[in-house]
Amino acid sequence: MRLHVLARRDVVCQQAVELVTDYLEGALPRAARRRFERHLAGCPHCTEYLAQIRATIAVAGRISPADLTAEMRADFIDLYRRWQRDDS
Amino acid sequence: MTPRYPTLQTADHDPDGPLLGRLRSGDEQAFVTLVQRYRPSMLRIASGYVPSQAVAEEVVQDAWVGFLRGLSRFEGRSSVRTWLFRILVNRARSAGVRERRTLAVSDLTVTVDSARFDATGHWLVPPEPWSDLVDDRIAAQRMAGLVRTAIADLPARQREVVTLRDIEGLSSEEVCGVLEITDANLRVLLHRGRSRVRQLLESEFGRA
Repeated sequence: MRLHVLARRDVVCQQAVELVTDYLEGALPRAARRRFERHLAGCPHCTEYLAQIRATIAVAGRISPADLTAEMRADFIDLYRRWQRDDS
Repeated sequence: MTPRYPTLQTADHDPDGPLLGRLRSGDEQAFVTLVQRYRPSMLRIASGYVPSQAVAEEVVQDAWVGFLRGLSRFEGRSSVRTWLFRILVNRARSAGVRERRTLAVSDLTVTVDSARFDATGHWLVPPEPWSDLVDDRIAAQRMAGLVRTAIADLPARQREVVTLRDIEGLSSEEVCGVLEITDANLRVLLHRGRSRVRQLLESEFGRA
């Protein structure tokens, strides 16, 4: 609903923060993307806002996985063997 | 892509395609490889649905059983990972529902409080800069803890998309495949979820 407004006018900050996800997901049409980037170029606050969302995503991506222990490995091999037995 | 198993179909460029053929021909190492590859992600995803780590372990185990049982019917219309995670999400959803928690936070999180903008939509109370802290080891560690908690506390649907997209790093297309939602729907949920997590980081790091 905001897109038709954007087609005619420049993006203001309150609209810019709503466009961040579409921008990062590559879902903004080219013209809207250009308007968004033009806004960023002149607005340090929205630039920081975008950087914060990027930081949030980066931190989420670093939440570390747990490794498989030898015991768990044996359990899974067992699970697989049982499946093979039942399946054949 | 997998000439040794000509009857096998997998989605184009599926990195797990070759493992499928080995799995079907009885190679247990292929199964271990697959488990090693996805179990950590599956545990984190399952933990979002059930009250304890023990239950999450059970859900994951159950998903692997479902995966093996379905192996002969798998037609490769999606990637192995998408299919596996879809099995997991369905089991996790029915295993333990944290609906009480879901109700605690409104699904209608605002991106940024409208009081922080003036009548023309420009910042009145702009964000205090803290994004640089992500490069600081100590601060980043604290952030990781906060982000983990913040994501766990999101409404269920937002939590699902943020977990799959941002923690597990699945592509948008894959997330849509796992959760069986549209692209537009995904972006709405992702937008709300990320906004909420950023707000929580801001409340910790963004004080002037």
